[in-house]
Amino acid sequence: MIPFAGVAALLIVGCGGPFPQSALDPSSDFAWRLHDLFRGIFFWAVVVFLIVEGALLVAVLRFRDRGDGRAPAAGHGNTVLEIAWTLAPALVLVLVAIPTIKTIWDVDRAPSGEALVVEVIGHQWWWEFRYPDLGVVTANELHLPVGETVDVRLTSADVIHSFWFPRIGGKRDVLPGHETHLWFKVDSAGVHLGQCAEFCGLSHALMKMQLVAQEPSEFDAWVEGQLAEAAAPESGPAAAGGELFVTAGCTACHRVAGTPAQGAIGPDLTHVGSRRRIAAGVLDNTRENMERWLRDPQAVKPGALMAVPELDEGQIRSLAEYLAGLK
Amino acid sequence: MAVEGAIATDSVRHTAAVHQGTYAGGLGSWLTTVDHKRIGVMYGLSAFFFFLVGGLEALLIRLQLGSPESTLIDADLYNQLFTMHGTTMVFLAIMPLGAAFFNFIVPLQIGARDVAFPRLNAFSFWVFFFGAVFLNSSFIFGGAPDAGWFGYANLTSAQYSPGIRIDYWVIGLVMLGVSSIAAALNFIVTILNLRCPGMSMMRLPLFSWMTLVTAFLLVIAFPAITVGLVLLMFDRMFGTVFFNPAAGGDVLLWQHLFWIFGHPEVYILLLPALGVVSEIIPVFSRKPLFGYPFVVYSGVLIAFLGFGVWAHHMFSVGLGPIANTVFSAATMLIAIPTGVKIFNWIATMWGGSLRFRTPMLFAVGFIAMFIVGGLSGIMHASAASDLQQTDTYFVVAHIHYVLFGGVMFALFGGIYYWIPKITGRLMHEGLGKMHFWVMAVAFNLTFFPQHLLGLHGMPRRTFTYEAGLGFEAMNMISTVGSLLLGGSILIFLWNLVRSLRRGAEAGSNPWQGATLEWSTECPPPHYNFLTLPRVHSRYPLWEDGGVTSTAPTDEHRLPEPHMPSPSYYPVVLALGILVLGVGGLSRALPVVFLGVAVVLFGIYGWAFEPLERQTHPRRGVGRRSRQEKA
Repeated sequence: MIPFAGVAALLIVGCGGPFPQSALDPSSDFAWRLHDLFRGIFFWAVVVFLIVEGALLVAVLRFRDRGDGRAPAAGHGNTVLEIAWTLAPALVLVLVAIPTIKTIWDVDRAPSGEALVVEVIGHQWWWEFRYPDLGVVTANELHLPVGETVDVRLTSADVIHSFWFPRIGGKRDVLPGHETHLWFKVDSAGVHLGQCAEFCGLSHALMKMQLVAQEPSEFDAWVEGQLAEAAAPESGPAAAGGELFVTAGCTACHRVAGTPAQGAIGPDLTHVGSRRRIAAGVLDNTRENMERWLRDPQAVKPGALMAVPELDEGQIRSLAEYLAGLK
Repeated sequence: MAVEGAIATDSVRHTAAVHQGTYAGGLGSWLTTVDHKRIGVMYGLSAFFFFLVGGLEALLIRLQLGSPESTLIDADLYNQLFTMHGTTMVFLAIMPLGAAFFNFIVPLQIGARDVAFPRLNAFSFWVFFFGAVFLNSSFIFGGAPDAGWFGYANLTSAQYSPGIRIDYWVIGLVMLGVSSIAAALNFIVTILNLRCPGMSMMRLPLFSWMTLVTAFLLVIAFPAITVGLVLLMFDRMFGTVFFNPAAGGDVLLWQHLFWIFGHPEVYILLLPALGVVSEIIPVFSRKPLFGYPFVVYSGVLIAFLGFGVWAHHMFSVGLGPIANTVFSAATMLIAIPTGVKIFNWIATMWGGSLRFRTPMLFAVGFIAMFIVGGLSGIMHASAASDLQQTDTYFVVAHIHYVLFGGVMFALFGGIYYWIPKITGRLMHEGLGKMHFWVMAVAFNLTFFPQHLLGLHGMPRRTFTYEAGLGFEAMNMISTVGSLLLGGSILIFLWNLVRSLRRGAEAGSNPWQGATLEWSTECPPPHYNFLTLPRVHSRYPLWEDGGVTSTAPTDEHRLPEPHMPSPSYYPVVLALGILVLGVGGLSRALPVVFLGVAVVLFGIYGWAFEPLERQTHPRRGVGRRSRQEKA
């Protein structure tokens, strides 16, 4: 018990946040429900911890053999006591089970009324987001309006992944061959961090995503921007990059709306220049990072399926210039 | 306290004669031994070796996670390390360490001369040993398994895991399953049939009781994973599509099969530890176990309920509210018998005269930390709450509080408690206490922060994490703790090695134990008991006349009991299974046929091995005596 106290003290003093990806800082109705449930269970856990560890401590201190020749008490058991300490935990468990079951049914039920449908498709190792009613397709950056119910439908293109934004709620596995569901309402604007929570192969740790929660008007503006094609560069390195994008074979996997690039294997890049991060939430979307990614994707993300032909530095620079312009 | 029963005096009288030449030395005698004590020692040494291997893997994992975005270990190696850490600790360290205790202690504790099927016992060990070597040889030949110890389909398919890494895992686990089921059947028969006269089930020592329950769990649970592994093997080797959703298969089929095994497996790891603690606490409290029948029944109940909770590993899968409700409630029920055990241990100590020798320190440490693991378990039992915790470091903390703070502390206690039974010498108390305190502090330093890491959003099985998420400090603490934990193991190893030569002589009952294993010498003679004992109470050595001899007069005593002959066939048969495994791995038909041939030869030789070949203990186990017994 001394170690417990030491560790607890250490943690309270020395390990403050900030914790931008914390489940203890809910930001949706779903996350709040789980958090309230957890707090209730945690309360009972602390009560039980104190009682049982306390009893153990008292037994250790009080009945230690002090060499005074005291004979140990006799006795093989006591049925009344046995029944009591069978019933007491059962009672606590009932107090835990009731809110648990209530929450299970609350969070696993489709909400009534209008909901924004979002399809999430897990890939090794990136996220595809589709808004079928809005006609928007994007990758790794999920934009959602604050205060609106979202109906998330999840499937996988390859192996099992798990969709998790700790501040938005619990995990939901993303399975090949099954569609799973989640419903929630984000309650404040801001950027939330998420990542895959089911081991999905080599770069599982690098399968991240961001959720940009926006006021409804801002969200509508974002949708409008997404529906528009990005402006094609007229001249300069960006135009050369655009040409290279087609000739180097990028179009086999990637789509850029309004261009010949209509690939459907990799992320949709129509508005990649406007995203906060690249490579599934791993790198900030800067020119240097984009070049780094194009130079050797597998160095950033081991096992990434992206194949890049031999390019010289000038080509990499113009390609990055082109992609940065896709806003 | 009357320790000396009739048996003890008998044995002492024969000690000198028996000890010389009881065992022949040499490698051959170990390869062919069917003696439960030697097999127990081999299980123990192998298990401890693999415990060190798994620990080293854990230290590398912790070094990588000590700082954010570390480049010490790459993703590929990291995934192999965490997969093999889990697989090794579960199948190659804790399970065989339990088996070491079953082998060495159970026959002594129930007053038997050996297990029911001594050759099968040797076979179990050798299949385990070859399976363990097979699995770890993957590190040298092409890379270790890297899809997690739970090997979720369809990541394990030939498409997403090409190469032979997963084949190592599949074939290795099938081999270990053969070993476990054979051993479990052996111990069920041994405990049910070979108890000495007077030892009714309600006089059976708790450790033997929990061994029996564990053996039933093994027999029932292992077929489920074996079915899963065979389906996976067919998918990988013969192109079937059981787990391929694109062709009509189902990835969740694997999860159900795996966890129907996987959750009882947790109790397979845990129950022997509960048995050990139930032995240590009464002895060092000098009081009978409080509520013996309740402790027994709660162990049985934990095992029974353990089969009805597997889907609590799958709460995030989206099985729907009905399944989540049922499996939540069933899981919570397990807290009741577990709580009963803890209360009974504390009640045993209550009013006792507690001696804090090293085994007792570990037993009390076990209770203290197991409570934490149990309470975090309740949080996962709540399906909705678990949606935030599953697959995070919170669960990593939970399992380590159960399996390390719990099981390993108890098993270390068991080693300190029973080592004099095995070697005849005590381990050093000062070093033992130092080991305990360093390990207790280091353990909490390592794993307590991981609860918070999980709650703050750190997923498990990730080889790296980004700076700025607030994970840095707690990961650093955890890594420092893990290094200290490694240091505590070194203290233990030094103590163990030191005790072999310089440890204090144990005598026959160094702790004033109450159960039959302490009625014979330390170490026991080859045949354990010169005449089989008859017990008259639950704590035979604590009561006058608690144990007597079954031989009514001197004329009824055999000069030396005849023990089973050593045999080469168990190791030959096990070797055949290893060759079969290598054949499957390399997909080389000639090797498979060779394996079949060796297996058939082993079975044939085993079945027709002449029974009349007997060994005279005085002439040594390793040498066969063809002399007929009149």
